[in-house]
This record gives sequence, C-alpha cells and structure tokens, in this order.
Amino acid sequence: MIAHLPVLQVIVPLMAAPICLLLKRAQLVWLFSLITSGLAFLISILLLQQVMATGVISYELGGWQAPWGIEYRIDKLNAFLLLIISAISTIVLFAAQTSIEKEIPKSKHTLFYVLYLLSLTGMLGIVATGDAFNVFVFLEISSLSAYALIALGKDRRALWAAYQYLIMGTIGATFILIGIGLMYQMTGTLNMVDLSQRLPEVAQTRTVFAAFGFVIVGVCLKLALFPLHLWLPNSYAYAPSIVTAFFAATATKVAVYLLIRFTFSVFGVSFSFTTIPLQTLFMALGLVGIFVASTAAIYQKNIKLLFAYSSIAQIGYMIVGFSMATVTGLTATLLHMFNHALMKSAIFLALAAIVYRLGNVQLSSFHGLGRQMPLTMAAIVIGGLSLIGVPLTVGFVSKWYLLMAIIEQGWWPVAVLILLGSLLAVIYVWRIVEVAYFKEPLANQTPVKEAPLFFLIPIWILIIANIYFGIDTRLSVQVAQSAAMTLFGVTP
Amino acid sequence: MNLSLELMLQLTIIIPFLATLAIVATGHKPNLREGVTITACLVLIYLVVNLYQGLLLGNSISVFWWELLPGLSISFDIEPLGMLFALIASFLWLITTFYAIGYMRSHAEKNQTRFYLCFAIAISAVMGIAFSANLFTLFIFYEVLTLSTYPLVTHAGTEKAKKGGRIYLGILLSTSIVFLLLAITSTWFVAGTLEFNLGGIFSEDVDKTVAGVLLVLFIFGIGKAAIMPFHRWLPAAMVAPTPVSALLHAVAVVKAGVFTILKVCVFIFGIDLLAVLPTTQFLLYLAGASVLLASFIAMRQDNLKARLAYSTVSQLGYITIGALLATSSGVIGSSMHIATHAFGKITLFFCAGAILVSLHKSKISEMRGIGKQMPLTMIAFFIGSLSIIGVPPTGGTWSKWFLMMGTIETEQWVLMMILMLSSLLNIAYLLPIPFHAFFPNLSLNKALKKALNSTSSKETNATSNNATEQVAPSGMTLTKSQIKEAPLPSLIAIGVTTLGCLVIFIYPQPLYELATAVLTGGK
Repeated sequence: MIAHLPVLQVIVPLMAAPICLLLKRAQLVWLFSLITSGLAFLISILLLQQVMATGVISYELGGWQAPWGIEYRIDKLNAFLLLIISAISTIVLFAAQTSIEKEIPKSKHTLFYVLYLLSLTGMLGIVATGDAFNVFVFLEISSLSAYALIALGKDRRALWAAYQYLIMGTIGATFILIGIGLMYQMTGTLNMVDLSQRLPEVAQTRTVFAAFGFVIVGVCLKLALFPLHLWLPNSYAYAPSIVTAFFAATATKVAVYLLIRFTFSVFGVSFSFTTIPLQTLFMALGLVGIFVASTAAIYQKNIKLLFAYSSIAQIGYMIVGFSMATVTGLTATLLHMFNHALMKSAIFLALAAIVYRLGNVQLSSFHGLGRQMPLTMAAIVIGGLSLIGVPLTVGFVSKWYLLMAIIEQGWWPVAVLILLGSLLAVIYVWRIVEVAYFKEPLANQTPVKEAPLFFLIPIWILIIANIYFGIDTRLSVQVAQSAAMTLFGVTP
Repeated sequence: MNLSLELMLQLTIIIPFLATLAIVATGHKPNLREGVTITACLVLIYLVVNLYQGLLLGNSISVFWWELLPGLSISFDIEPLGMLFALIASFLWLITTFYAIGYMRSHAEKNQTRFYLCFAIAISAVMGIAFSANLFTLFIFYEVLTLSTYPLVTHAGTEKAKKGGRIYLGILLSTSIVFLLLAITSTWFVAGTLEFNLGGIFSEDVDKTVAGVLLVLFIFGIGKAAIMPFHRWLPAAMVAPTPVSALLHAVAVVKAGVFTILKVCVFIFGIDLLAVLPTTQFLLYLAGASVLLASFIAMRQDNLKARLAYSTVSQLGYITIGALLATSSGVIGSSMHIATHAFGKITLFFCAGAILVSLHKSKISEMRGIGKQMPLTMIAFFIGSLSIIGVPPTGGTWSKWFLMMGTIETEQWVLMMILMLSSLLNIAYLLPIPFHAFFPNLSLNKALKKALNSTSSKETNATSNNATEQVAPSGMTLTKSQIKEAPLPSLIAIGVTTLGCLVIFIYPQPLYELATAVLTGGK
C-alpha cells in the first residue's frame, strides 16, 4: 500500500469523481468528496514524510520502466505542493455545501463535486507526474473542469469569464504541448529526468530554444504573470465563491510549480538563466506586475476582484524570488507559495461567507459589517495583515526571505520597490477595514447575522494557520529550503 | 510568592495579554471590568519592581522564547534602559487607568470594553519592546503596538477619527515597513546578528558609508520617535480620547520610538562607531530642526491637545539628539528625559482631558479664567509645564541639564543654542495657559514687565486696566460659576503624576543610577 502512495494520490480523487454521480444526494456527495479530499491530504502527508526521510520516490506506472513507461516522481518540491493543494482543497470543501446552496442551483450540486474532484485530480496529477506529456494530460483535466466550475457562477458574467479563461487557457496549454512536442522531437523522450540528461547535448539548437519559449510562455499564461493575467480577475470574481477560494490558493501555484520544474529540472539552471536572459525579463515583469496589479486592486469596488488583482501582485513576488536564481530566492518563492495559499484561501472563504449572507461582495455592502459579522471581518483583517506582511503572520516570513535574497544580490532598488509594493497592500486592505468598521449600516440594508459555523470553522483554521506558520516556521522553511537546495543540486 | 526572575519577565508580557481575555469576559459589568484592569496593573507593577530589584542585585535576566527563523529568535533580556522604560510605562498605566475610569464614564464614551482591551494589548507590546533582547523581537512588538493602538486612535468612529487613524497608521506602517524593515534586514546581512550588544554589533572594519546609510534608515524608520518630516501622525492621533493621548502618545508609543532609537544607537551601532559615522551630524541637525520647528508650530496651536502634541514632537527631538551625541552625558540625559518628560507630559494631558470633561473646552483661547473653577488642575498644569521647560523644582531640570552637558562636551554649539532657544519657546507656549487661567485680566507680557519693573507703575496700570475691559465679559461669567474639578479618580491621577514631577527633582538618585547604568551594562 505504502509503495503505491504516489499513484493513489492521483487515483483516489479521479475514481471518486464518477462515484459521486452514483450517489445523487447532494449532502452525501459532499461528505464523500470531503472524505476523498481528506484521504488525498493524508496521502500527501505520508508522502512528504517519506520524501524528507528517504529522498526521491520513483513510481513506475503499470510496472513499465522509467524512460518508456510513465514515471511518478515525488521529490521535496512536489511533495510540498501536493500537501498545499490537498490541504487547502479539504479545508475549502468543508464549507462547500453551505456555500453552494445559495450560489448554484440544486440540480447541479452533484455535478459541482464531480468537477471539483476532477480539478483536484488534475492539479495533483500535474504535480506528481515525472512525465512531460502526462503533465499536459492532467493540465487539460484540471483546466477543462475549471472552465466548467467557473461557468457555474450565478452571475451571468461568469459565462463570459469562463469563456475568456477557456480561450487563454487553451492557448497556454497548446503552447505547452508544442513545447513538449519539440522537446520530444529533439530527444525522443518524454520523461523529465531523461529529458534533463539529453537536452544539454542539443541545447544550442533553435528547436530547443523554441521549445523553451513555448513552454515558458504557456506556463506564464497559466500562472497569470503580468501581462498575461487578463483572464484571471474576472474568473476569480464571478466563479462560485468556493471555487475562487480553491483556485486562488492552488491553481496558480501549480503553474508556478511547472515553471520551476521546467526551468530548473528539465532545462537546467545554466540553460534557463545563462543562455536565455530569463532573469532580467522575469525580474522586470514581476516588479511591474506587483505595482500594476496592486494599484488596480486599490480601485476595485468588487472585493473579490480586489483580491483577484492582489493575487496577481502576489504572483509578482513569487516571480521576483524565482528570477534571482539563487537558493534563497527560490526558497522565498516556495515559501510564498505555501504562505499565499494560506492567506488567500482564508480571505476568499471569508468572502464566500459574506456572499452567503449578503448575496454580493460590493464594497458598498460592507457598511457596518465589522459589527454584524465580527468573526468573518476579523478573519479578513488578519488575512489582510498577513498579505501586508506584518510580523507574526506568514506574510512576514516570505517577505523576510525575499528581502534577504535581494539584499544578498545587492539589488537595493529592488528591495525598496518590494517594500513600497507592500504599502499598496496596506491601502487596499485598509479601504475595506474603514468601510466595514467605520461606516454605519445603510438604511435600506437588512442587518445580517454572523456566518454559519460551516464557514467559520474552516476560515479560522486557515487564519490560525496563518499565524501558527508565521511563528513556527520550521516545517515551511525547512521543506522550502531543502527543496530549493535540491533543485540547485546543493546537498543540504 | 517565589517566582523566578525569568518567569516574572515573561509574565510582564503575558499578564496584560491575559487581562484582555478577562476584560472581554467581564465586558458587560463595567466595575468588574475596570477591576480586572486595575488588578492587572498592580500585578504588572509588582513584577516590574521585583525585576528592578533583581537587576539592582546584579542578576542577569534573560529568556529565550522561540526561534522564528534560523538565527532570529524572540527572546528577552533586561538591561537598565529597558527597565527604566518598563517601570515608567507600568506605573503610568495604573495611574492612567484611574484617570480613564473617571474620564471615560463622565464623557459617556462608547465601546469601553474595546478601549480597555486595546490598552492592555498595547501595554503588553510595550513590555515586549522594553525587554526585547534583539532588534527582531523589538520590531515584532513595535508593529503590534502600532496595530493595537489604531482602534484606540479611531475610538470615536467619526469621519475625523477615521482620517486621523489613516494618517496615524499610514505614517507609522510605511516608515516601519519601508525604512525600518530594510534597515533591519540589511543590518542582519552586514553584521550577521541582531542581538543587542553594548558597544554595537558591527565589526570594526565595517564600511562607514553603509553604516551611515543604515543609521539614516533607522532614524527615519522609527517613525514613533516623530522626527520631522515623519511627525504628522502624532498630532493626527490627538482625535483619540484623552487617556490614550496621555499614556500612549505622551508615554508609551512615542517613548517606544525614542527608546528604540536609543537602543539602536547604543546597542546596535555603539557610541564609538556612532561618533565617526558621516551621517550623524546631518541627523543631529535634522533632530535639532525638528525641536525648533515643532516648538514654533506649537505656539500657533489654539487646540490644547494639538499644542501639547507638537510640544511632544519637540521634546522627542531632545531625546534623539541625546542619543546621537554619542557621549555618556547625552545618553544619560536622554534616558532621564524619557522619564521626566513622561511625567510632565502625562500631567499636562490629564489636565487637558479634565478641562474637556468638566468645562467642555478644548481651545486655549477659551481657557482664560478657568483657574477659578479648576484650581487644582491648573496648578498641576503649571507644575507639569515647569517640568517640560526644565526648571526647578521639577524633574525636567535634571534631564535637560545632562543633555546640555552633552552638547557642550561634544562642542555642538549650534545644538546647544537650539536647546536653549527651545526651552524659551516652551515657556512662551506653555506658561501663558495656567497664567491666564488664574489671572484672566492680565496679559502675560504686561505682567512680566510689571514684575521686572515694579516701580514704574502708572503706565502699566493704565494698560492693564484696558486689558481688564477687553476681557471683562468672559471674566464676569466665570466668577459666577463655582469650582468644577474633574471626577475624583481623574483628579487623584493628576495629583500623583504632578507629585511625580516634583519627586524626581528632589530624589533623582534611582533614576540617575539607572540612566548611568545604561552605558555600563548594569554592572
């Protein structure tokens, strides 16, 4: 059983999805999905333990040997990602049934869980597999289910957002596929480890350059790197709230993972950062992304849109860390993937609770909410503080590492820009605080009650995690650091 | 009780924090709630005094809590400067609580539970700042203090409070995020440690330019010290209820700022390095300008609390100057000024609040003749003013003496002139208030002339008669009303702090010894 964990990680939610269709009753399906996701979470914990103790796990699917058959290859990096995805998925699912009652017609509830589990399968698969073509397959599974999930949003603009995402996402996926195809043409292999050994021989060919370009642009589309981010804000804003909470915390992280995997593991650091001027490019795009998206966030009136733009800005931080191509920089990126997942899932779940009570998340509806929904609003404030990077929250930990990485390189202006960027976060978070706590409730607004426990419990689990991992950084820092070291081939 | 000193040290931070839970639990019963706060104050004072005695006996008290990131820990250590700060803050918390009970109730303020709750968190943060063993711990509690005082500043919940809060948080957070955090991470990168160490943590061959830039970042980053141009938050914070202005914006928050500056100067740079940095002189003049400009602005304020706020900005400049002078007199003067200014300024704020509660007056121009109604308050105001100015028989004399000595030792004649000029300005903007309160019919200039030249009476009499006619209407109405002092708990608080100003003058020994021990490490 233990030996099959890598494949079980993906198979369990994949098999559970069709079973949902048989169960029919929404409550039952919810419980079943929750258990499935919980199982995936358990598996990811076991995998991470095993990887930290014994090193890389290689699993041959169907017993076919590695370069020919599909290999699932779990190292520290993707074990970490598996943990993030399955943990967030489980916690978010806890609130799902309550949330979709108000947002999705009853006839589609079962369908929702099927799509959710498929999407989860896709993300776990992308991360777990060690085969480049398999990545594309799972990418399509997760993307297709994501388009459908977003289209389930009750606002009709959700359809348009899903369509936009479909177009952009398909372009991204196609680019990745073209890249993988070109690599296969040059090396005759699809296995990532095998690719990394064969690519250097042909590294100076135009085909490999093109392959690299296609893969990177495709991945950047999926991770919504500025200026390829246009699909993201609307998708997040109009998708059902639960879907937003799940995707905001996981989907872009998976794409960042792919970026790291392809540049570091497949193409290799020297090719990615020396032959190609990726460093300057990503540094610039990351910084511009931080400022443009944060500024855009300040002007949003729809709070889900606001935090969607904030997500794009946060991706900017991850990319800046990545672009330095140092162990500390990559550690900062990995840490921020973990930490940002905690912040954003907490914030978007709290917003889901507000949608449940109010029916919308327009800033103008937030009047007096600090009094009416004190626990939910407190969660948004703490999540916001974490986003700003106040000490004792996870946001501070990632900011500290990012700053250290930048100062290590002696790039002082960048350090100042990063810090100025977090001031913009202060502004957009405080706009919400001021409205929620200082404005009296509007006259025509019916008073609302605090969110139900099905929301409060997962929200506060995440908020406490935000603080806990801001104080006890052993798990996150240790894993992120050793994963970064492994990618650079430094023995920890 | 037989608690170890280490445990007591941790309790100083934990007790106020735990008190918050009890405050929330008893929120619906105001008397019980205030009882909880007072108990917490008393326990805190007991702990701090015990720690003080432990320190006097030469114990080294330090506690390690948690390693947050590799090499960066939350840990605490007691040294004389922190002890001094903790003693003042814990003692004045008790006094302010008494004052607040009278003030908040007679002012019928809303959300008093939240008020006492945030107050307790702020004190917990102050204890953390005072006892932190490294810059990292200090920074964490520094930010906690900023955030926990935000709800206090915006307590009223009005549009004006919201605006004030925006400036407050905006300046304090942006300076600390952009400058202070950058300074701390860079220090960590250059020096490899953030532990406070007497004599500094930089190696001798550190690049002077880099260290100089870091010093600038620190001084700008510690926005709580309100050095111009980052002082705007302090007047903005005056929208808060007066007890908040009194304890937090005359004592805890601003003193946390200058305390941090002193800590950084003495324990991160070390005064030897500080003296040779290229930017020190520039920062000294900047602080000097801050002292002088703030005094001038204070003179033009008609709102009493705003005048006191600018006066605080000016006095904080003194402490920064003392720290940057990099001599023992400067550091001693600064350390003592933390204490003497705390007692003086809190008295003045208490009086301002008392006037507001009893007579509903906040403008200085309306305060002529109120000495008849509030004689005790105005006497206290007078004594508090003397302490700020720095003349006997008040505590302020000593600290200003040492600061002056510091400027003479280092031959900073310009700064010496600034300090003297500023003291004169203090007289000009503080003393007229109690003077007019008692003698509404006299103008101060005329009175001074009279005192100087009592023989030439004819002319003076004639003009003062004119003055009488001018202010007569207000004088008439005032004579009719009776004595109307602040509520008793508030009045007691005013009495205690006023007494404090006098006691420090007569009995400065313990304070002086603590201040001198700062540079010897308490040995």
